[in-house]
Amino acid sequence: MNEMLPRTAIRAARTNLVWLALPLLAFGIAVAWILSTDPLVGFRNGAPPIENLTFERTVLDDSGLRLLVRAGGSEPMSVAQVQVDDAYWQFTQDPPGPIARGKAAWLNLPFPWMLGEAHAVKVLTNTGATFAHDIAVAVPTPQATPGQLRLQAVVGIIVGILPVAVGLMFYPVLRSVGREGMAFLLSLTIGLLGFLFVDASAEALELAGEAAAIFQGPVMVVLGGLSSFLLLMAVGRRNGAPAGLALSTYIALGIGLHNLGEGLAIGAAFAAGSAGLGTFLVLGFALHNVTEGIGIAAPILKKRPTLWSFVGLTLLAGGPAVIGMWLGSLATSAQWSALALAVGAGAILQVIVEVGAYLMRQSERGRDVFLTPPVLAGLASGAAFMYVTAALVKI
Amino acid sequence: MDKPTRLDLLRRRSLLMGGLAAAGGTAICTSGALGQQQAAHGSHAAQTGAGASAPMSSMGHGAMMTVGDVDSTANGFDPTEMLTDWETGTVSTLPDGRTLRTFEMTAEDRDIEIAPGISFPAWTYNGRVPGPALRAKEGERLRIVFRNYASHPHSIHFHGIHAARMDGVPGAGMVDPGEEFVYEFDAKPFGCHLYHCHAMPLRRHLHKGMYGAFVIDPDPKRHPDHADVARSRLLGTPENAGWQEMVMVMNAFDTNFDAENEVYAVNTVAHAFMKKPIKIARGKPVRIYLVNVIEFDPINSFHLHANFFDYYDQGTTLTPTLRTVDLITQCQAQRGILEFTFAEHEPGLYMFHPHQTEFTELGWVGMFDVVEALA
Repeated sequence: MNEMLPRTAIRAARTNLVWLALPLLAFGIAVAWILSTDPLVGFRNGAPPIENLTFERTVLDDSGLRLLVRAGGSEPMSVAQVQVDDAYWQFTQDPPGPIARGKAAWLNLPFPWMLGEAHAVKVLTNTGATFAHDIAVAVPTPQATPGQLRLQAVVGIIVGILPVAVGLMFYPVLRSVGREGMAFLLSLTIGLLGFLFVDASAEALELAGEAAAIFQGPVMVVLGGLSSFLLLMAVGRRNGAPAGLALSTYIALGIGLHNLGEGLAIGAAFAAGSAGLGTFLVLGFALHNVTEGIGIAAPILKKRPTLWSFVGLTLLAGGPAVIGMWLGSLATSAQWSALALAVGAGAILQVIVEVGAYLMRQSERGRDVFLTPPVLAGLASGAAFMYVTAALVKI
Repeated sequence: MDKPTRLDLLRRRSLLMGGLAAAGGTAICTSGALGQQQAAHGSHAAQTGAGASAPMSSMGHGAMMTVGDVDSTANGFDPTEMLTDWETGTVSTLPDGRTLRTFEMTAEDRDIEIAPGISFPAWTYNGRVPGPALRAKEGERLRIVFRNYASHPHSIHFHGIHAARMDGVPGAGMVDPGEEFVYEFDAKPFGCHLYHCHAMPLRRHLHKGMYGAFVIDPDPKRHPDHADVARSRLLGTPENAGWQEMVMVMNAFDTNFDAENEVYAVNTVAHAFMKKPIKIARGKPVRIYLVNVIEFDPINSFHLHANFFDYYDQGTTLTPTLRTVDLITQCQAQRGILEFTFAEHEPGLYMFHPHQTEFTELGWVGMFDVVEALA
């Protein structure tokens, strides 16, 4: 009996292997048959291949104009000629040759672009199909020089770190609030996070629309957001529902991821010349983000965290704006900004759920707490404040 | 309280370490991105070479050009050879003693390379765009045997004087695929004319490539007042051999079929005469048979640099219709003869182009290379 058991087990495992191999084998045979006999030949009607070209990055510098293009055709695509403003210009391609589906290549043109003016680029493929790209405002693309990095870091600090720090400085004042004040602050946090969630999702979907079809932008955004939400929920709940400093850390992380995506988008827009980062705009962003600090402070009002915790929370929530600015202006493409914003949106959703759960636990009224005047007022003022201050920065 | 305890110090240090680790992570992320950027830069600098050291100044007109060369062998026609490639057909004598000139023409579908690397699904006469430059003498009987090997009905509509049933329009000389038709009429009036397909939709049949020059030389016997001029226009005479004659068909191509041209040229290939200037012997007068067949844009023009010319609109006169001009315009199907000389110029490259700068910058521009004598 004792000898029989492992033998049957081994036999069962072998049988399972056979059953596993069978469908794979069947698919392999089907693929081989399709490739060898070409049953789809009847569909070939002489139509030219489908072509698609996405412009991912535009770099303007002393040596002219450079474009990163990604091919999305049914077959490898050949860039034959490039027009700028209805004139053919010589160009080099790196790497040269036909661009395979999903692959990207740089087109380098010695084009004397004109500062502050618009240019229209048109790429012609070997079939004569054209793909247009507008340079709305020609400005030199930021280079990775120490001076430029420092400048962008300063902007990142002003829009990301400064407002969070200012918000957290309300901490001593907020400590004295009563139970209702606490409920107001927590729901204010939910309100502002709700705004950020909608804003980040919309922006992610918009950017996803600019990305090459091969990235399936909208699906990528939804999956990216859901994954980050589920992952953070799982991590956050491994030792029960987060509260206190842990909850504050999650809020800071969610806001930080959002700021990363925001930084990428601002950086990319800055690099493309489509957004001038004026002083007013930067201050608008700073004001817009002040409530984030208050939100982070809300769950730790009744604790006594160390000063370093505050520094850590500030850097976690605001620091990614700096990194986002750097990456966005120097190296990103639409799909990566979209993904970062989607991950941020997922993280914010997790925080909304957790802050809501925390709010319910704080009061003894369970779900009904959301219908109390302080909570309704908090939700409304959080979202409203964000909406109104966002008007300063939306162009 | 005043002195930090050991525990406090420890905590601070560990937090600092944590902060450093986080900062380190950031640095790695950033330098990864920077590395990419630098790599791209390096390769770019290597490609542009000297251009990188002299920004912008090196980006003169020289770079405003198509990249590469068109494979004339694969195309089966060469824009430079087409300048002087006259189709004179086969000649026989009719019972009444008149000359009968017979041309063989076909229609064929064909992919042609109109600018380096850009192929265009053309409809052609005799496999080339523009079609053969037909040349006859005033008063001859012309017979054009037209066979349609293409996928659509086509015709040849001649700009000339002929009977209605020879007009090449629907109901008169329209030829279905696989069919044949013979157009027959007298060569008149003398001048610089054209022919084109007149199947519907006309615009598509024209811009797909179905056109060509049709030149009727004046018969000196019929023009005693200007017999010398007529002789200089008549192909095959010693007077005519003293001229450098060329035929230029100004055409354009809408490669993405959006009713706007992407490529402009004379004799089809963009920038052909920029990359290979047309040799002109300084002492020899130049005569250009110029035909405009572009679609979508209402007019085209011809501007000669550093020189002036006499112009014979439609070529139907032996005295110029315009004297001493350096620019003429032609609407669709308009044509004419330009006569000029570089005899008193110093040798060098003299540009010619339409003075619609858009056409120029999209490929219709060329150079005359004026030399002392042709090799």
